Formats: sequence, C-alpha cells, structure tokens
Amino acid sequence: MDAATEQTKAELNGGLILAAIKAAGVEFVLSVPDIVTSAGLLRPIARDSALRLIRVCKEDECIGIASGLSYYDKRALILIQYTGFLDSLNAIRAVAVEYKQPICMMVGLLGHEPERAPTQSGRFGVRIIEPILDAMGIAHDLIREDADVAKIKPAIDKAYAQSAPVALLIGRRPRPSQ
Amino acid sequence: MTGAAPMMKRDECFRVLARHVTDEIVIASYSSAVDWNELGARVRNYFSVGAMGLASSHGLGLALGRPTQRVLVLDGDGSLLMNLGSLVTIAAAAPKNLVHFVCQNGTYEANGSHPIPNPEVDFAGMARAAGYAQTHDFSDLAAFTQQIGHVLAQDGPVFATLRVERSAPLTYDYPTLYAAEKRKALKAALAS
Repeated sequence: MDAATEQTKAELNGGLILAAIKAAGVEFVLSVPDIVTSAGLLRPIARDSALRLIRVCKEDECIGIASGLSYYDKRALILIQYTGFLDSLNAIRAVAVEYKQPICMMVGLLGHEPERAPTQSGRFGVRIIEPILDAMGIAHDLIREDADVAKIKPAIDKAYAQSAPVALLIGRRPRPSQ
Repeated sequence: MTGAAPMMKRDECFRVLARHVTDEIVIASYSSAVDWNELGARVRNYFSVGAMGLASSHGLGLALGRPTQRVLVLDGDGSLLMNLGSLVTIAAAAPKNLVHFVCQNGTYEANGSHPIPNPEVDFAGMARAAGYAQTHDFSDLAAFTQQIGHVLAQDGPVFATLRVERSAPLTYDYPTLYAAEKRKALKAALAS
C-alpha cells in the first residue's frame, strides 16, 4: 500500500485523545465548537465531569482565560477550529509568544485532506497554518491517526514546563468512542 | 442612574476604590492601568492583558482558577467593545469572585481620544442582559463612595459602569506596566 492508501485506512479515536488530555492534567477546556472535533471530542468533553468546559463566544477569549488559569498552574486546553486560530493571532502573538504563557491549542483543520501534509492542502486556510506557527516560533504537532495521540501529553507537559505555547493540529475528524 | 451625564473623574473613583482593596487581584488596561498604578505598586496588580479587550478574559481565568480569590477588572469602554462576547461567557461561567468595572469616557483615550462608535452605549444594561448576577451604573462620586463597599461584597459576577470624564493626557509607560518581572511576582504571590 502507498502512503495515501495507508492514510485513507487510518483512524483517529476521540476516546484516546480525551484520555490523553486528561492524562496531561488538563482541568479546563475552553472552546468554540468546530465541526471537525464536535462529535468525537467536544461532546464527550461536555459529558465528562472530570473536565470543566467553558464555552466562549470568540476564540481569542480563550487566550486570556488560559493565561489567567496558568497563574495557579491550572492547565487548560483550547479546542477551536483553524479559522478561530487565525482570528486570535494578535492575542496569541502577545500573550502566548511575547509573554511566554503556556497556551495549549487543539486546532481542527476543517477541510483538510488527511492523506496530505497540511502544507499541501487544497484549502488555502489550512495550507498557511503550519507556516504561521513556524513564523511565530510556536511548537506544533499533527494529530491525524491513533499513533499520533501519544504526542499530546508530552506536548502539553512541555508547554507548561517551559511556559510556552503549543498547537496540536487535528488533521482528521476524531471518531467518537463507542 | 443609566444615561446620566458623566460627573466623575477616573482617578478619583480609583482612590475611593483603593480604600476597599486588600488582597484582590486587580486587572487593569491602558488608561485605567496608568491611573491605578499611580496609586502605588502592588504585587497583585496585573496589567499584562496583551491584546486590547482581553482584560475581562484574563479576569475570568484568574477568577475560575481560585474561587476564593477576589478578582477586580478595571476595563475601558473601547476595550470592552472589542470583547463584548466576554460578558456572555463570564455570565455563563458565573464566577462569584469577579467584579468587572468599565470606565466609560466615550473615547479611545490611549489611541488619540477618538470617540467610540456610540459613547452613550449602556454597558450595564448589556451586562444585565448577558446574565451578570449584579449590575450597577455610577455617574456620581458621592453615590459611588457610598455604595462601593456593598458592590464589592456582592456575589458575582458583578458589573459596574463608572461614567467618567476624559482625563488629562497620560504617560503610557508600557514596558514598565507589562514587565515580565511583574508577572513572575504575581505568580509567586499566588503560589504562596
């Protein structure tokens, strides 16, 4: 099988992602709904009593809220779509990058074709995400199959240990756990 | 008191407020930060909101993270207009330990004193409609002085508009206000 065929058969289990988020010590999830992660992640998170879900009106609010929580070492995950990430760039620039705050973002790549690298996407908005993160010096990982879920906890741990931002890019719709 | 002509000065309001502040975290942006900082250095002052409008969101995070820690936000009207959705978010999250003030002088004071789109906008009314537990609207210093103790003692989220005059030109020393050492000191204070 070629790589594209392998990717077509790959899956992403939302239950595994949720377990990794909790294993990383996340207590708060801050979110504007994203259709990429809606069924496989946000709905299970909303039902999970171990996590406090704060539904915000606009994505840049999450940057301030997560920063405020970090002063008590309370861990937060920002669950948004790449459009919201783009809309929040000034807040991310200031709070996450210039102030070196541990801002952890899980970003759904709406319209991304999982068999391609995001930089090769047919969608302009998806294609520019990793170059923007690189330009801003923000660490990022692509999560598009179950094997990638192992990257989540170390990435969040590192963000809080180093007081630095990280972006976890969701490159395929997570499947809800049965 | 909605719609009354502005009669207060921001620095006078803050001097009254300061008499009631002990160990609260005080988050202030732009002109409010300059005037509040003039009253004296406090470790629990927090000015590093980063982007215009985010003071209320930082305040929500600081309030949610420790419900026993009182948090005061000193917002500006132009700033709050950039993050009006935060009124709804805060009301829904319902932190009892958050008091949110907006200093309404009708201008973007730190950016040339151009008018905001509607200088008469009713912020307290919007906060009430969003679902804040308590809302207030002050335009008289004597009334503010008489009631501020009660306002600060209420279960939040509490919102209060302070209708103030434009101040004399201020000096904005952002590198000092936003110094990384201040953020480190605040974190250390909250850890102890």
